[in-house]
Amino acid sequence: MSFSIKKQGEIVVVDVEGQLIVGNRQELKQKVLDELERGEKKFLIDFAQTGYIDSSGLGVLVSLSKKIREQGGELRLANLNDDLRTLFELTKLDTLFQISDTRDRALSSF
Amino acid sequence: MTATPLTDAGFRVSLQVDIPSDVAYIERVVDLVRHPCAELSYNKHHLALNVPVALSEALSNAILRGNHEDPRKRVRVRADVDGFRLVVEISDEGDRFDLDAKTRDATEIENLEREDGRGLFLMRKLMDGVERFDASNDSDTGNVVRLTLVRA
Repeated sequence: MSFSIKKQGEIVVVDVEGQLIVGNRQELKQKVLDELERGEKKFLIDFAQTGYIDSSGLGVLVSLSKKIREQGGELRLANLNDDLRTLFELTKLDTLFQISDTRDRALSSF
Repeated sequence: MTATPLTDAGFRVSLQVDIPSDVAYIERVVDLVRHPCAELSYNKHHLALNVPVALSEALSNAILRGNHEDPRKRVRVRADVDGFRLVVEISDEGDRFDLDAKTRDATEIENLEREDGRGLFLMRKLMDGVERFDASNDSDTGNVVRLTLVRA
């Protein structure tokens, strides 16, 4: 499991490879907060290569969303498979995040 | 001579895993439990969502809230899988708790933006049964959380 970060124009794109769970959520949080600290405002987290997400992983996404909004920025999500989408629907987090079917759609939505 | 087709009837896997109170072990335990479910052709949503997420929640509760990551304390996982159901019991050495009282509706508007509090809620949404028992030992501590998932 790992997180890779790259810039696409003015958008910071984070790929989550493997699981986003209690054991690694802090790493994702710190990486995004570091970018926020550097002044980045637009963030996209892409789950195309993600296995499963637990409640700690969901919690980190909620926390990052709040912190980014507080700094006047935006966090968007892309490429949730059917099971990840179900997870967001069960917790109603699909109402909290702007979620796109593809990375391109998410990038052009900013 | 024609081969007799293999059947799932009577096929049963039991396993027991003991781990230290460290969240780094969660993913490996999930893989160990998920493997026989895949072998018995549990549906893909059970394999990708229900089993890994509910089991991760139970394990992280046992490690973080039950044993408080105390390296002297262990978490024990017993799993029984057959063609009808998966039953997993996760045991910790922590203080006893009330499952109903600790379960919060994560979809309530006041809880939606909370960082924590979705674990038990998700376990109950993703499993057919979630029960808690007192661990049978000489002390007055220890919980056993039993997750049951009926094969769809």
